[in-house]
Amino acid sequence: MMGQWITTIAETFLSTTLDILPIAGIFVFFQFAVLRQPVANLERKIIGMVYVLLGLSLFLVGLERALFPLGREMARQLTDPAFIERTGSGTDIFWLKYYWVYIFAFCIGFATTIAEPALMAVALKAKEVSGGAIGARGLRIAVALGVAISLTVGTFRIVTGTPLYMYMIIGYVIVIVQTMRAPAMIVPLAYDSGGVTTSTVTVPLVAALGLGLASTVPGRSALIDGFGLIALASLFPMITVMGYAQIGRWLAKRTKRAQENVQGNAQKNTPENNCEDVSGEEVT
Amino acid sequence: MLGGALPLLRLIGSTARDLAPIVAVIGFFQFVVLKQDIPNFLDIVLGLVLVMIGLAIFVQGLEMALFPIGESLAHAFTRKANLMWLMVFSFGLGFGTTVAEPALIAIAGEAASTMARASAIANNETARSDYATALRYTVAVAVGAAIMLGVFRILKGWPIHWLIIGGYFLVVMLTAIAPPEIIGIAYDSGGVTTSTVTVPLVTALGIGLASSIRGRNPMVDGFGLIAFASLSPIIFVLIFGIVVQS
Repeated sequence: MMGQWITTIAETFLSTTLDILPIAGIFVFFQFAVLRQPVANLERKIIGMVYVLLGLSLFLVGLERALFPLGREMARQLTDPAFIERTGSGTDIFWLKYYWVYIFAFCIGFATTIAEPALMAVALKAKEVSGGAIGARGLRIAVALGVAISLTVGTFRIVTGTPLYMYMIIGYVIVIVQTMRAPAMIVPLAYDSGGVTTSTVTVPLVAALGLGLASTVPGRSALIDGFGLIALASLFPMITVMGYAQIGRWLAKRTKRAQENVQGNAQKNTPENNCEDVSGEEVT
Repeated sequence: MLGGALPLLRLIGSTARDLAPIVAVIGFFQFVVLKQDIPNFLDIVLGLVLVMIGLAIFVQGLEMALFPIGESLAHAFTRKANLMWLMVFSFGLGFGTTVAEPALIAIAGEAASTMARASAIANNETARSDYATALRYTVAVAVGAAIMLGVFRILKGWPIHWLIIGGYFLVVMLTAIAPPEIIGIAYDSGGVTTSTVTVPLVTALGIGLASSIRGRNPMVDGFGLIAFASLSPIIFVLIFGIVVQS
């Protein structure tokens, strides 16, 4: 059994390496043909690159061999008409019978996003650049909540058969309104967190859930209704991340006001009191 | 190598915490909701250990390689101040990382069979594979163009929200006239283009550029490249759908 694992890891390592060859080629070309500069810490970077590839391979093999089969099987069982009939007998409302599917979609969306490596990278950078004002963990939880909500909404959409573009347009409108009101420094980061949520961990499980649901709900086609979960999963994190910053600013303001009430008006205009947690200036 | 062992152990500890929610969710649904045992228990435990160690090693590699590579290139480009080469590089980075992306190849293949079944294209091997290849290159060009535009925005210091909101308006408009079969595919193609290796590189590049150009704020100007890379494929694929149909 052990030998089989090692072969799979070696194969994955090889295919991951092949995947990044085009990028590596571009970097080498620009470094030596265009920029013509020696690379600082070349050895460290090469070791780091091996770490990236090795880490990613171990991660993928672990997911593929252990978690994905179980997750897919669960998605299949939870969307099975027999299971829906058994657990949903308490209600006559059709879409409500699928309540375990919604709960599962929420939980699995949250849990897989927390473990998403690309999101970890962005959160690390955000913490570094913001000087710690945006906590890596807080950002990841905000994004994970966004994915969780979007999968719940997405599975509800598949069950009810309502058109995807309606949800997308409503989501866009919320994003636009929030963009006008949220602290300016969070906006680009929030837009980015929409794109990073859906890579290695989330997509395979989400696809299984969407296709499983679309092929078992009467009247849905896997071809037309199975798509769209990923799109929603890249939309809602923008809303939750901007929301996270808005709540952060609101709490900071409230604390400030409470302090002012206690201290009287003596220190109203000192610079310390004008510091806000995660906010920059308003977008005008 | 040995000096890295202790921080690595600490990292493994913190990735264990990151994986706890997955274990809790799977455990809860398996035992409480579906009321069954875990099959191949040993395999699952071994898999989890691999995921944990893998994540820790990956994060270590991020700090050692991907972040510094992206940043040092950004600094080198701003020192050389050659706009043309920076644009070529940005396009190449976006195009090169997307065209071979396994998730994109999978979705393009699925899209081709969907279109064949909807009789939008001929249902034979050549027509399907032509369609899938065309779609794949469309998305890769879209991402290349997006990174190029995104980098140009950082140089100019344009506010990101007008570009992104403008992009959304375009998406909504195109959705109204695009063939219905392509809409779901187009929306999903925006999500699959950003891989685990690309994201850290592109993020570090953007922040590196914003921090080495005077007057730019890394927080406000540095982020946003990924957002462009996820929005532009939707627009390009919708246009692709409209062009192919007519």
